[in-house]
Formats: sequence, structure tokens, C-alpha cells
Amino acid sequence: MLHTVNKSPFQNNTLESCQKFITSGDIILLIEDGVYGAMAGSAKSAIVEGAIKSGTEVYALSSDLKARAITNLIDGVQITDYAGFVDFVEKHKTHSWL
Amino acid sequence: MSEDIKKIMFTVRNAPHGTIYVYEGLEVKLIMAAYDADISVVFMDDGVYALKQGQNTDELGIKGFEKTYGVFVDYEIENVYVDRKSMEDRGMTVDDLLVIGEDEDTEEPIKPKVIDSSEIAAMMAEQHNIMSF
Repeated sequence: MLHTVNKSPFQNNTLESCQKFITSGDIILLIEDGVYGAMAGSAKSAIVEGAIKSGTEVYALSSDLKARAITNLIDGVQITDYAGFVDFVEKHKTHSWL
Repeated sequence: MSEDIKKIMFTVRNAPHGTIYVYEGLEVKLIMAAYDADISVVFMDDGVYALKQGQNTDELGIKGFEKTYGVFVDYEIENVYVDRKSMEDRGMTVDDLLVIGEDEDTEEPIKPKVIDSSEIAAMMAEQHNIMSF
């Protein structure tokens, strides 16, 4: 399953909820304001750190990172682009956490 | 005369780009700056993300606003503040903040002032109006 999260982890608990419902082989893709969850050193960094530690692949969309000037990513967060996003959607069922 | 000048505070509490709030709020600030009002702008909660320097929205196909923020001082919007706790919770420091203009005499870049929530509360109490975006 591909889980997309588009809200800042400070705005609501979408990322936190999503992380609780992850099963083996799932991918989390952070898009739009969701990419703030991938920033290192914030009070909410532990959510994505936990997901990565438990073996979940976490991606962030490069265009959204650039728009928000996010350069200090949590270790293990991978970057993808719109083409990569399409590849994920092709290969996985998608759950958009709104 | 000075008694007629309204004190108006804008708070920015939403992250940029994901919603239209920050963009719309900026429009209102620039319009209000044309009037004789005592304007202050406070970035708090996810609003502090709007002040991160180096934003490049080209790939999103939207204009962005970093350049407009960069001339706040030219629009006489000089009282720009950041809530310290909101900034620190998001792993940001003063070094991350964009510039809002430069000093007329020294040409030193001017950054938003980082202050504590108690100071913001005291300023809020003095306002005629507070508008939240």
C-alpha cells in the first residue's frame, strides 16, 4: 500500500495516524505540507524516524521540498519526483490520508 | 491625530503553499499598508515555515512570495515578529529566516524579530483588530 500524507504534522495528526496503520511493505510518500514531517530536528521528527526504524520506506516529493526550502531531512528519508510518484501509484494501491 | 491610527495585527498560522491562506493574507497586508495604520505581523505555529529562506516554487507552477516578503520594510511593514517556541519546535533558528528588507542607512539586512509568546500576548492586548491567516 502507498500512503500519501499532505498535512503538516503540527497541523493535525494525519501523519501520526498513518504511521500506526502501516503494514510490512507499505510506503509513505510525503507531499504538499506533508513534507514538513521529513524535516530533521523538529518536535515531530520522531514520527518519521520511528517509521524508518521499523523498516517502512519513507519518501518526500522533491518539488514540495524545494518550494518549502527543506534541506535538512531526517536520515533515511528518500526523495522522489512526480515520475516516481506515478511509478508508486502504478505498483501499489493508494491510500490518500487527507 | 495619532489617536485615530488603528493598531492592526496580522497573525500567520498556516504553512505556506499547501493552502491559499498565506498568499491571501499577504495581499491583505499589502493593501492595509497603504492606509495610515500601525501594522504588525506575527508568524506563529506552522506560519513560521512561511519565513524559511530559499523557497523555490517553480516546479509547483506558483509564484511564491519570498521576494514580496523581502520588501516588507519598503511597504513600511517593519514590525514583523516570530514566536520563538513555534520556531524552535520546528527545528528552525534565526539563520533559517528570510530577510524582510534592509536598513535605510546601514543597508544591513533586516530579519523578523524572534520574541516570546508572553510578549506577543501583550501586543495582542493593545490591538484594535487582529486578523488571522
